Amino acid sequence: MSVGNSLYLVAPEIILSASGLLLLLIGAWGGFKSARLVSILAVTALFASSAVALEFLLNPAFAEGGDAFFGQYRLDKFGSLTKLLIYISAIVSIIIAPRFFDNVAGGRSAVMRPEYPVLIVFAAIGMGMMVSAVDLMTLYIGLELNSLAAYVLASFLRNDERSAEAGLKYFVLGGLASGILLFGMSLLYGFTGTTNFNAINQAFESGLSTGALFGLIFVLAGMAFKISAVPFHMWTPDVYEGAPTPVTTFFATAPKVAALALTMRLAIEAFGSQIAAWQQIIIFIALASIVVGAAGAIGQTNIKRLLAYSSINNVGFILIGLAAANQAGASAMLVYLMIYVAMTLGSFVAVLDLRDADGNQVEEISSLAGLSKSRPGLAAAIAIFMFSLAGIPPLFGFWGKFLVFEAAVQADLILLAALGIAASVIGAFYYLKVIKVMYFDESADVVVKSDSKSHAVIIALCALFVSPLGYLLIPVLGNIADQAAAALFWAL
Amino acid sequence: MIQVFTFYLFAVLLIASGAFTIFSRNPVHSVLWLILAFFNAAGLMVLVGAEFIAMLLVIVYVGAVAVLFLFVVMMLDIDFAELRAGFMKNVPLGILLAIVFVMELIFGIGAYQAGKIELADTPVNPAREGATNIEAVGELLYTKYIFLFETAGIILLVAMVGAIVLTNRKRAGVRPQNVSEQVARRPEDATRNMQPEVGKGVEL
Repeated sequence: MSVGNSLYLVAPEIILSASGLLLLLIGAWGGFKSARLVSILAVTALFASSAVALEFLLNPAFAEGGDAFFGQYRLDKFGSLTKLLIYISAIVSIIIAPRFFDNVAGGRSAVMRPEYPVLIVFAAIGMGMMVSAVDLMTLYIGLELNSLAAYVLASFLRNDERSAEAGLKYFVLGGLASGILLFGMSLLYGFTGTTNFNAINQAFESGLSTGALFGLIFVLAGMAFKISAVPFHMWTPDVYEGAPTPVTTFFATAPKVAALALTMRLAIEAFGSQIAAWQQIIIFIALASIVVGAAGAIGQTNIKRLLAYSSINNVGFILIGLAAANQAGASAMLVYLMIYVAMTLGSFVAVLDLRDADGNQVEEISSLAGLSKSRPGLAAAIAIFMFSLAGIPPLFGFWGKFLVFEAAVQADLILLAALGIAASVIGAFYYLKVIKVMYFDESADVVVKSDSKSHAVIIALCALFVSPLGYLLIPVLGNIADQAAAALFWAL
Repeated sequence: MIQVFTFYLFAVLLIASGAFTIFSRNPVHSVLWLILAFFNAAGLMVLVGAEFIAMLLVIVYVGAVAVLFLFVVMMLDIDFAELRAGFMKNVPLGILLAIVFVMELIFGIGAYQAGKIELADTPVNPAREGATNIEAVGELLYTKYIFLFETAGIILLVAMVGAIVLTNRKRAGVRPQNVSEQVARRPEDATRNMQPEVGKGVEL
């Protein structure tokens, strides 16, 4: 394996690194005025990387995938598919940003700065490494690159107290989680003698020592923090509420996809020969996330906090697929992730579109009253996203839930599936509450018309995807997800 | 012979400067003693043939960490007399912590004597014959781990960008010097020739 071949396999990361460095220079020289140019170029670079990832995903010449840099990085369909989701989320997060930052507090305090798209691009490099990591070191470097950019993004509105608080909270808790993860990784290295996923898997085949079990648990705990699964979810509502809304959109989609994909790869490729050791943990985390995510959301009055709890809830459902620990489960998780990204992007962009007459963001759920009359289109879109997040049948969100439950039943986890279905009924309550406020409450007339075409297009595309029309895509999505899941299981 | 002599020299100096770090009353002196301790530790590392670690000690600890300490000690106005005044109040807590540490030491020694933990044999990357430490580390870092090494560079870049984004701001009311503007200023921009009539005064 030559270095040239390795460089070829990491092409998406190289494109993003080179353009990130170039954009940083443009931003440094051009100042605030260059923000628009930098944003456009960053979106272009992300599109180019998506194209490369799509090529790796669809071209049969890359069906086998390949290891780069002495087995530290693997290109396969699983990585390419999740990378595609990550890049799309990053693109949307950049496109929706200028409107938000230019209008914060009526455009007085802050403007869009060129560092925003640059940091998103760097975070995308880190996430790309995470989903392709087959070595603990690559995992950690990618995770840190993503996290560090995320801490800065969370406190990007530094004049806003909530944003600064969100950044600080995220930084301190994220540092703690990194420490736990590193401790687990050092234990794994000590007791298996390797950092490579496949080699760890082989070492586990001969049994699991207590030290290695501790390592495995610590690593999973660190990952649970990154995917904000219960009991490591405490930071999520505060950070999602405090961070600027475009950044929250980013947090709820791309890093979550990356961390979930990484958890899947770790659990299956590195710990696959000791499924019994982690299956109970994942089952507990999944159920706890579903219940806490559903119950915690009920009392919320802020729509961003509500969506934060909703994301905890959805992570729980996605983890049910991992608890099944089979190929059907992994494939179901990937389909669910695709639908989840569309639903989440759509609902956050819709939240971004809610402004009052002074141009301030509207975040209180009670202010949505009467939205069906003042903004019927937006209200309908939000209703579609809420119904879909709740998993109500005609909408596409139902399909993801159906697939993970089916996988759980196949793996004889019938009790888990039954409890999950029961808990999803609790979750439906608060999603329906938002719809009730919009359609049946006395009009509050807070939200005014928005003239943003890009928001309208993104919302419409996402709504179309999660509408019943999305079912037409099932053969395509299912096929791709099956292939990607098979790539994950090739070593077993 | 010379090795033995140097070892004892470095070792004695290291322990002495460590003791002075703790006992000197002036915190700036403490930091300076600490720097001396780092240098002596680096000397010991050279003696055992770990010149890479010796360089790291000097570059990272003396160059960065100790200077950071100095900055903190000198720039923050910490009243050390007041800190010391609380000493007696915290003695019980200190003793409790000391007992915990002693217990841990006893446990540690006991566990050590009970036999070592079964760790896996870690395959090491064999270094090239005759390569020094620094060469061996460099060869690995720039060949096998080049991808991770470069990405670590990007992480540092992101940290720097983040620090600047979050702290750099335009302050109102500062008057920076603009040299080119000053040089380009001509006498006729700044002065006026007037011939006021006697006894009338001037209008400004």
